[in-house]
Amino acid sequence: MTFSPELEGRFEKLLRSYPPGRQRSALIPMLLYAQDEVGCVSDELIDEVAKRIGVTTLVVNEVMSYYSMLHRKPLGKFHVQVCTNISCLLNDGDKLYEHACKKLGIGHKGVTPDGEFSLEEVECMGACSWAPAIQVNYDFHHFVTPEKLDRLLDGLKDGPPGGPRKK
Amino acid sequence: MPDPVKLTIDGRAITAAPGTLLIDAAKAAGIEIPAFCYYEGLSLAAACRMCLVEVEKMPKLMTACTLPVAEGMVVRTDTPQVATARKYTLEFLLTNHPLDCPVCDKGGECELQDMVFRYGAGESRYTEIKVHTPEKQFSPVVFFDAPRCILCFRCVRICNEGMGVGALGVIQRGVVSEIAPNMGDHLECDECGACIDICPVGALTSGSYRYQTRPWEMTHVGTICTHCADGCKTTLGTRNNHIIRGNNRDHSGINGEFLCIKGRYAFDFYDHPDRLQAPLIRKNGKLEEVSWSEALTTVAKKFTKTLADNGTFGVIGSNHTTNEENFYLQKFARKVLHTNNVDHHRTGDVVTLLDALSEAGQGKLASVADLYERKAFLILGADLALEHPLLSNQIRSNFRHHQARIYVVTEKPVREDKYCAASLRGRDYSSLTEKLQKESELVIVFDDSYCGEDVRKLVAFGTSLGIPVSYVPLVDYSNSRGAIDMGMVPELLPGYKPSGQPGLHVNEMLEGNLDVLWVVGANPFKAGGKKPAFLVVQDLFLTETASQADIVLPAACAYEKYGTITNVTGEVQRLKLAINTMGAKPDLDIMGFIAREMSAAAILGPWFPDTITDQIVKTVHGYKVPMATLATGGAAQTMPVNGRISPGTLPGLVHSDHNGLFASGTLGRYSKVLNSVVENRARH
Amino acid sequence: MLYNEPSPLETRVLSRRFGQPNSTSIETYLADEGYAAFKKAAGMTPEKIIEEVKISNLRGRGGAGFPTGMKWSFVPRTSPKPKYIVVNADESEPGTCKDRVLIENDPHQLIEGVLIAGLAVDAHAGYIYVRGEYRYLIEILDKAIAEAYEKGFLGKNIQGTGFDFELYTHTGAGAYECGEESALLESLEGKRGIPRIRPPFPAVAGAFQCPTVLNNVETYCAVPAILRDGGAAFAALGIPKAGGTKMTCLTGHINKPGVYELKLGFPVKQMIEEVGGGIRMGHKLKAFIPGGSSCPVLTAAEVEGANMDYDSMASRKSMLGSGGVIIMDDQTCMVKAALRIMKFYAHESCGWCIPCREGTTWLRKILDRFHSGGGTRADINLIGDISRNMLGRTFCPLGDAAAMPTLSIVEKFRGEFEDHLNGKPCPYEHEMATA
Ligand SMILES: Cc1cc2nc3c(=O)[nH]c(=O)nc-3n(C[C@H](O)[C@H](O)[C@H](O)COP(=O)(O)O)c2cc1C
Ligand code: SF4
Ligand code: FES
Repeated sequence: MTFSPELEGRFEKLLRSYPPGRQRSALIPMLLYAQDEVGCVSDELIDEVAKRIGVTTLVVNEVMSYYSMLHRKPLGKFHVQVCTNISCLLNDGDKLYEHACKKLGIGHKGVTPDGEFSLEEVECMGACSWAPAIQVNYDFHHFVTPEKLDRLLDGLKDGPPGGPRKK
Repeated sequence: MPDPVKLTIDGRAITAAPGTLLIDAAKAAGIEIPAFCYYEGLSLAAACRMCLVEVEKMPKLMTACTLPVAEGMVVRTDTPQVATARKYTLEFLLTNHPLDCPVCDKGGECELQDMVFRYGAGESRYTEIKVHTPEKQFSPVVFFDAPRCILCFRCVRICNEGMGVGALGVIQRGVVSEIAPNMGDHLECDECGACIDICPVGALTSGSYRYQTRPWEMTHVGTICTHCADGCKTTLGTRNNHIIRGNNRDHSGINGEFLCIKGRYAFDFYDHPDRLQAPLIRKNGKLEEVSWSEALTTVAKKFTKTLADNGTFGVIGSNHTTNEENFYLQKFARKVLHTNNVDHHRTGDVVTLLDALSEAGQGKLASVADLYERKAFLILGADLALEHPLLSNQIRSNFRHHQARIYVVTEKPVREDKYCAASLRGRDYSSLTEKLQKESELVIVFDDSYCGEDVRKLVAFGTSLGIPVSYVPLVDYSNSRGAIDMGMVPELLPGYKPSGQPGLHVNEMLEGNLDVLWVVGANPFKAGGKKPAFLVVQDLFLTETASQADIVLPAACAYEKYGTITNVTGEVQRLKLAINTMGAKPDLDIMGFIAREMSAAAILGPWFPDTITDQIVKTVHGYKVPMATLATGGAAQTMPVNGRISPGTLPGLVHSDHNGLFASGTLGRYSKVLNSVVENRARH
Repeated sequence: MLYNEPSPLETRVLSRRFGQPNSTSIETYLADEGYAAFKKAAGMTPEKIIEEVKISNLRGRGGAGFPTGMKWSFVPRTSPKPKYIVVNADESEPGTCKDRVLIENDPHQLIEGVLIAGLAVDAHAGYIYVRGEYRYLIEILDKAIAEAYEKGFLGKNIQGTGFDFELYTHTGAGAYECGEESALLESLEGKRGIPRIRPPFPAVAGAFQCPTVLNNVETYCAVPAILRDGGAAFAALGIPKAGGTKMTCLTGHINKPGVYELKLGFPVKQMIEEVGGGIRMGHKLKAFIPGGSSCPVLTAAEVEGANMDYDSMASRKSMLGSGGVIIMDDQTCMVKAALRIMKFYAHESCGWCIPCREGTTWLRKILDRFHSGGGTRADINLIGDISRNMLGRTFCPLGDAAAMPTLSIVEKFRGEFEDHLNGKPCPYEHEMATA
């Protein structure tokens, strides 16, 4: 499996970041950075990472399936994550999420037919003081209202991917 | 030995060795602290929280499975607080448990059932929908029912740490966490079934046992596995003369809880459709079923006639039959048929080793227990994990629990490479000399690629190290070692005494110029050979050999008779009859009846297993083992090293079948389980 | 950048450089006493450094509030094993968003704090474990680390002191439990975020089974100030036994939500009214969570006269926690709040131990049914009971973190549960406030 030079660079740096014999430490970062490029944690990616780190694919599966940001199915070009946890909830984050569902016509972990957007109701993302908050790929958006959300999504549609999630 | 620690549990003064876990200290004192995830010998999990106890001066309840005893510690396991904790932990466990005990294989021997019975609440307050996932088949052997799983992670740990295979893992997290197989949708592993046996509930069940019976309907017979030479004790669960389950439920015997796929599941050859149920006689070219009396008298007549005509006999003994049977057979040959053409398929050069050890005047044979206790090991030739699962398990556990150092010299990569101190490819071990001299003791395990002179060189090498060295000469089958001890070779009588007479070897007997060849429990014609004038075969199946016979006598298998067998490390154990099978008879009875028909029974004496065992004890050096030990299911190591052995046997005749995990010579071909695993492998 | 106006009532020690033009660059940092504390510490004995931190009364800012100086002193400096500094930047405690601000505005302050910790325990490598969602912070940190290497504040023989230190960022991938120190260390080793059996504690067997100092971002960020101005000065900012300031996140129903740096012991009332500009739309305070969703909830009456410090909150059977203040006004449905909080813990339970794995999901299901009108009177007691059966019996504190708020809500707001009984729809539902 081949990756972009940047990603290969990241991998190299990662594998050098831990004490000798501790390369397994690079596992989770490698999966997340690779997902940003590949779009999801595919079977192929699991095999590749297992090979590079020197663990079984079972080990990779055990680890990846534990972490909620690692996805086996492809995400949309823009992954819209709406926080509905307590501080956001108190600022109607739940209703914002419902609005996003209607707007995109998909539900939790759904992907729009054109593959532009995917949606996820997420837990606290560390934007509690600027609630309700959402993340599109890795970009934070604060004090989001339904109107703001509509404008944001309309603006993104068919546009170039934002944030570090390049495809 | 440091001073024991004094503590009190439930008001009782108790002492325990420093470092002992509270849960073990309590157990030793007869105080049960319930636990699911704690399992002796495996890494600690502290996951199930069943073992919570009150410890004075501790603000919270403590897990007895992780807490080492301390001087003056005051523990209570009998307080209302502890009882409540247990009760509600079980309530939590049952929230997502299907409670399908009526249709669960484990019902009646389920740790969850027992715990709820003893410590649980009468009613459940859970009224929500349960998490459900459908049952999965991981492999021909292993089925998994996730909802029943209590996530104690024993299976994962036994597979990882115990077996060193690591084929099971945990995926997802939280309430949907699940045990998963290494190949995504299926397992590729040793199929040993350890995960199934260790599962406290009915989450992991075996393809052969599931839905067969209620546990309490079975009778349990502890006997010895009839496949490889390691000699694991296996407990057969039987019902109406059927073997339904094999495991080692009481963890007794030389193998503790260990068993490989053969010991747990490959008993199933016994009711294979091809199993012979009546004697066969060749009539105008075709083998036809006849009565036992017709068959036995015909054999007896033939033997008597041939004797009268001064005809030639050949006798081939077995790697699977009991010591008593081989002993009786060679005696029959030598005393009644007056021939020294006595042999069997030799799978390891034990003879040269014993002679070389006598010559060296030092060095001994290692026992299975030694493999778990000695400090260093040199493994030569064999792929131990595949060919001798118990031996490799002992050494692996030794490494895990005592950091034993392992040196490997093999042609191909082996599993031991993963944790060995040094690993060489090829056959030359001399470069290890310096390292080995630094060891305080050593066990040398070698296979059939070291024969004759090589074995002498090896012993010389061992002696030269200047440290205590013991040896394991690997052999293939359940009684390969016993066959040699019992003098199933022309050169030697029982106990390695010289026979002083010439005699034909197996390969010579297969050249076809004998008047009568008598094969008891062997398949020498597997690899071809020329049929002699008259061929008598005792076996379970119509093998390549039996199918050429003039008379075939259906024999009972190891699970259908009594007698002793001797394993690869020279440890004698006793077979116990678990079931009776229609038609077949134990080889000893068959031979005895033939002798009687020839009116030669008196020469050979009574053919009851135990009376022959007595003869063996008297005649075979090293077999003076305590009968009480054998009779009560124990193992006693024999030490037949008794001075030089001459003439030496022909090393050229030694060759091992190197059976892997899923093979067991001819017998293995008749095991559904072994075949299904092999086919399954082919499919994926 | 800052997402809220600073308040004149703040005491800006950790946040002193916030808002300065390109406050993240090493130049800005150096121009404002940056790395001075490190140079000072380099001239001190490790014992003296730790002593200074003890004097400062700095207590862990990650939630547990353990005295930092004491924690450092547990590390066996003489151990032949390498030692590590690990920064907990997993910030996942609902209501908490302060570490993010600290890194985003002043990454070098964190790096300097880590270096000083390294000097104190003779560690020569460190890892900053950043939650996966904070990708942009990793970029900020990587840039700052690169600058520090360039300017000789990281790497070999730092500033000619003979002290070597390597610093790395490490991303998480979405797991609250990986904020728990031992689970974090497992995650750092490329494993599932399952906590470890303790003892041994990280100080003895932490990262890669070596002695490790593991602290929260804010804790390390306080260290440069302590070394620079002296432990006593830092201690003086706070109250006895708890020195310095606390980055406080005002969240929920408050007019001026935001992250503010307040002296420890700052009065809650003044914090809400003056710093936060009062409860939104003139509503009244109903419930108050001092430091993240894991803390027991306090009623309006209970916070009367309360201060933002460890003892004041402990005396009210709650905790200062992480500094994530959650304010709920009288329009709030406490059942819904309890439900959402439990939904979180059920989602984040690692699944290792039975009471937490099964308890959180059971509670989530009951609360869900209850809030949608399907509750019974018996459920109210059951909710309390289940919570009590989790408390103190789980493998790690996540179980307690789930039980405590729930327990406090059923006990203190039982009336609201009764309002939901008999199929009544939630009496507190409302339309989303637009514009
Ligand atoms: C479930 C759980 C989640 C936690 N999450 C965090 C976190 O996100 N950030 C943090 O700094 N500490 C967190 N902690 C506390 C850490 O375990 C640890 O006490 C702390 O990082 C130590 O640093 P300190 O002494 O500077 O506070 C968490 C603890 C638990 C039990
Ligand atoms: S399958 Fe059995 S042994 Fe394995 S975790 Fe589940 S209950 Fe435990
Ligand atoms: S609660 Fe939504 S970001 Fe914290």
